[in-house]
Amino acid sequence: MREELLAVIENNSRIDLKELAVLLGAEEIDVVNEIAAMEAEGIICGYHTLINWEKTAIEKVTALIEVRVAPQRGQGFDSVAERIYKYPEVQSVYLISGGFDLMVILEGKTLREVSTFVSEKLSTLDAVLSTATHFILKKYKDHGCAITQKKEDEREIITP
Amino acid sequence: MRNPLSDTVVGIKPSGIRKFFDIVSEMNDPDVVSLGVGEPDFDTPWHIRDEGIYSLEKGRTFYTSNSGLAELRQEICNYMHRKQGITYDAAHEVLITVGGSEAIDIGLRALINPGDEVLIPQPSYVSYEPCAILTGAQPVIINLKAENEFRLTAQELEAAITEKSKVLILPFPNNPTGAIMERKDLEAIAEVVLKHDLVVMSDEIYGELTYKGKHVSIASVPGMKERTILINGFSKAYAMTGWRLGYACGPANIIGQMTKIHQFAIMCAPTTSQYAAVEALRNGDDDIEQMRTAYNQRRRYLLNAFKEMGLECFEPYGAFYVFPCIKQFGMTSDEFASRFLEEEKVAVVPGTAFGDSGEGFLRISYAYSLEDLKIAIGRLERFVKKLREG
Repeated sequence: MREELLAVIENNSRIDLKELAVLLGAEEIDVVNEIAAMEAEGIICGYHTLINWEKTAIEKVTALIEVRVAPQRGQGFDSVAERIYKYPEVQSVYLISGGFDLMVILEGKTLREVSTFVSEKLSTLDAVLSTATHFILKKYKDHGCAITQKKEDEREIITP
Repeated sequence: MRNPLSDTVVGIKPSGIRKFFDIVSEMNDPDVVSLGVGEPDFDTPWHIRDEGIYSLEKGRTFYTSNSGLAELRQEICNYMHRKQGITYDAAHEVLITVGGSEAIDIGLRALINPGDEVLIPQPSYVSYEPCAILTGAQPVIINLKAENEFRLTAQELEAAITEKSKVLILPFPNNPTGAIMERKDLEAIAEVVLKHDLVVMSDEIYGELTYKGKHVSIASVPGMKERTILINGFSKAYAMTGWRLGYACGPANIIGQMTKIHQFAIMCAPTTSQYAAVEALRNGDDDIEQMRTAYNQRRRYLLNAFKEMGLECFEPYGAFYVFPCIKQFGMTSDEFASRFLEEEKVAVVPGTAFGDSGEGFLRISYAYSLEDLKIAIGRLERFVKKLREG
């Protein structure tokens, strides 16, 4: 049940538990227990809302920052990653293969706020060798959802 | 001027679906919610579309061989072997057609001499009977029963057979009932088929959409491959209805004659679609699984909703239709569907559009998002309540 349950709530975490049980062909109590177990195991880490901030009055700037770091003896990249992800403005930190080491996704209110973070906080960490900051200009698709368009049903209304 | 028309064609009843389609179209009301379609709501998976586009970019815009791209026929054989354990020879036992529909038409034309009887279980897809009539066959309808979950039983088949019986159409998983035939059911049918030396046309277009074990083809029952035209296609499994691509697998002598008709009437199936279909068969198993899971969730949702509102419905394990019984309201299917459309603006198809034995039932399609289904079911609940208080 786990896999199918996760697939459903990944797309709709607000689904009613009774309905979820119907969709999965399971008992509601089993679904509740399974979710609780996955929360405890850290498989389900949270329930977020996908927001298109561009349609609100709230200004947000998102940046992807490539960071090259010097790994630390005995700890690899973990300790520097932790130093970085503790900042609340940091949304995500990924260890990446290829030309750089960490991908940091940062959300700020203004360009200045983001650049200040990079120049004053990120670059000044001992282990950080270099950074390259890319600002997101427009989001077309996020978390599997195409943000810009809503699809109409173009099928004939009744077909055999 | 003399009457320019063929008596045979004029004599064919117009499709019961068409009538409803016209009513809905005339209403032209944006508030109408339809549960009336017989095609997937999913788009064709992108990697399949991409191959179609790529083939156009490469200028693959010519006819293919009459029987279809060799590459595609080979992939179909691989698929049949992988899914059903049936071995077909790609060179002589596979024909690529314009949808499963063409295969039904030319398959019957290849088999029938005027006066031969074609056994057609109903409720079933609308084209078997007219296609049979066009060949000069005598259609013999077998009315399937709700108490058998709309499966065809050996007794029902036996009772319909005469010395003129030649072809049995086997439409499972079934549109409109959602019924399936499991291995034991098929073995019982196969026995009767062998006894009376019938040919089977097995329309398995919904074969990938079953929700109780894997689909079993009658062609995999011993002795049946030699006398079965297995029809399948890409429309339902891969959400490719508009690509118009299907196929028939069967004995070389039958496929050979079908290919002859196909060659004169059609030339070849659309080339772009054939290239896309190669990709579908090579890398589409996961897509099928994802869509199947979504359909299954909706199926459970609907069955539960019917149960809650006291609407009788056997559990269908195939296709993307449920077939609830509305006899408790003392109306015909047509009356129920017409009033439901008029009063609640939901379009469903009366069971009678698929044969007289569909009387008292409705075909409800779940090729819709859960959100859409919820809106429609909310209205159905209100309607049913009104009828009961009525």
